[in-house]
Amino acid sequence: MVQLSIMALFVALSQATWKRTKLVLLRDTVLYPALGFLGILLLWYGIASLRHELMPYPHEAVINNLDFITHPFYQGGAGDLGIGWLLLASLRRVLLGFLLGAVVAIPLGFLIGMYRPALLALNPIIQILKPVSPLAWLPIALAIFNLAEPSAIFVIFITSLWSTIINTALGVSSVSKDYLDVARVLEMPSWRQVYKIILPASLPYIFTGLRISLGIAWLVIVAVEMLTGGVGIGFFVWDEWSRLNLSSVFLAVFVIGITGLLLDVAIAQLEALITHRRTPKEG
Amino acid sequence: MTKSTLQTADTNDRQPETAGFLEIKNLSKAYPTGNGGEFVVLHNINLTVQENEFVSLIGHSGCGKSTLLKIVAGLERSTSGLVTLEGREIRKPGSDRMMVFQHYSLLPWLTVRENVRLAVDEVLKDASRAEKASLVNEHLAMVNLMPAANKYPDEISGGMKQRVGIARALAIRPKMLLMDEPFGALDALTRGKLQRQVLDIWEAHRQAVLMVTHDVDEALYMSDRIVMMTNGPAAQIGEILDVPFAHPRDRAALRENPHYYELRNHALNFLDQHFGADD
Ligand SMILES: Nc1ncnc2c1ncn2[C@@H]1O[C@H](COP(=O)(O)OP(=O)(O)OP(=O)(O)O)[C@@H](O)[C@H]1O
Ligand SMILES: [Mg+2]
Repeated sequence: MVQLSIMALFVALSQATWKRTKLVLLRDTVLYPALGFLGILLLWYGIASLRHELMPYPHEAVINNLDFITHPFYQGGAGDLGIGWLLLASLRRVLLGFLLGAVVAIPLGFLIGMYRPALLALNPIIQILKPVSPLAWLPIALAIFNLAEPSAIFVIFITSLWSTIINTALGVSSVSKDYLDVARVLEMPSWRQVYKIILPASLPYIFTGLRISLGIAWLVIVAVEMLTGGVGIGFFVWDEWSRLNLSSVFLAVFVIGITGLLLDVAIAQLEALITHRRTPKEG
Repeated sequence: MTKSTLQTADTNDRQPETAGFLEIKNLSKAYPTGNGGEFVVLHNINLTVQENEFVSLIGHSGCGKSTLLKIVAGLERSTSGLVTLEGREIRKPGSDRMMVFQHYSLLPWLTVRENVRLAVDEVLKDASRAEKASLVNEHLAMVNLMPAANKYPDEISGGMKQRVGIARALAIRPKMLLMDEPFGALDALTRGKLQRQVLDIWEAHRQAVLMVTHDVDEALYMSDRIVMMTNGPAAQIGEILDVPFAHPRDRAALRENPHYYELRNHALNFLDQHFGADD
């Protein structure tokens, strides 16, 4: 959403009739989103007024969370950490698992996309494993590693595989024959075709896969941490709930959402950087 | 320009008695059909192109012009027959026969300059960096693309894209240029300009060219011979028309030449005759 608004901003900026667009801009990037948030707050007030013994009002939630918000990197000894530290711990797990996943998935996707026997051999396995909730891998991971930390990373690793493999394979197999004909006429050896033609041509697909994978990984880490415990934003949610501290749960929900959004924006920026293409065309 | 440029070219120009530069002998091409049979596209094609000759290939849509060009490029295999370049059989693609593709085939993740550079890097491996850079610049300048050198293909017009394709093909100094409807997708004005540019370049550095076209005027304006194909399936060479105007050519002067209209009518009659004959 932030991205959309920024795009709207750029589009609006390039218009000549600045005065009129300023109002439109204000309306599209500030007024309407604000109305949306206002609606949510009203709904919250409504529900809280029904079950106030359990559910704080929005302003109470803010006041209760003031400590967390103002001291995100508080360190009060074991198990007593600011929400910033928890977030960083979760992010670290997600990024580690995600990167490991990408390192395995992208080459596998290339293999499947370029070599038909690999497609025939691996496709059934992928189709069966893909719909399995990544959490089902947690017991298996715990049995293997005996430790919460590597198990969580392993689950994220598995989570990150499928979308990246499938999208990479799709991108690789749908590289335009025209591009390959150019390479053939130039007598480019096939290993160089892989990284000079096929890789850049399928990068948009690869990034689509990575983006979906990272999104799911961020969804899954919260659930994984609820089960494994330890330091992390997911366990924080669970812990605060068991203390009937819903205010903090709301804070966590907000933080998780913003972080997920930022992760998505970050990967989109990375794509723009690597593919050297500005997303909105100037002029 | 004066009418004197339109005098019939000296026939010694084309030295028909020496063995051809490109030779196509008894070439046939068939694609297998779904039900086990085969679909014959080209049947028994024989054609010779000389070292500095500009030959056009004209015929109705679907008769197999692109197929023939791709076989010469090495991108397709013939079913039977032989294609040789300087006496050596063509079996696979090679940078001695560079193609200007019908749909540009620029790599969209590279800028105009990088597209040309990629070809130069790939083919002229022994050249130094500076040599390569100047070769790229020289050919971009040749087709007036310097101002757009750092733009991406989706930021330039169709005519500019086609010029990149031409610059890319010329930059690697191929022995033979294969062009598949290089001006087909352009508006009349841009087409005229680009035809002139390509002809200028060709007149300055003569080489063998095989160009597919749908346009009789284009073929008459640019080429030394026009190969007219019969309709598919199993298309053959129906007739080869000599275009005896000397280079450099001037379009306006051509149009005032009565011989031009004779040739034009002849070609159009041929195409009309074969129009829909096999449908
Ligand atoms: N890979 C293929 N498999 C089967 N048939 C093919 C294949 N490629 C081309 N053909 C057939 O070969 C015939 C000639 O195709 P080609 O593209 O060479 O025609 P063309 O003369 O270039 O037509 P146009 O002027 O429309 O470009 C067509 O009937 C086409 O259907
Ligand atoms: Mg064609």
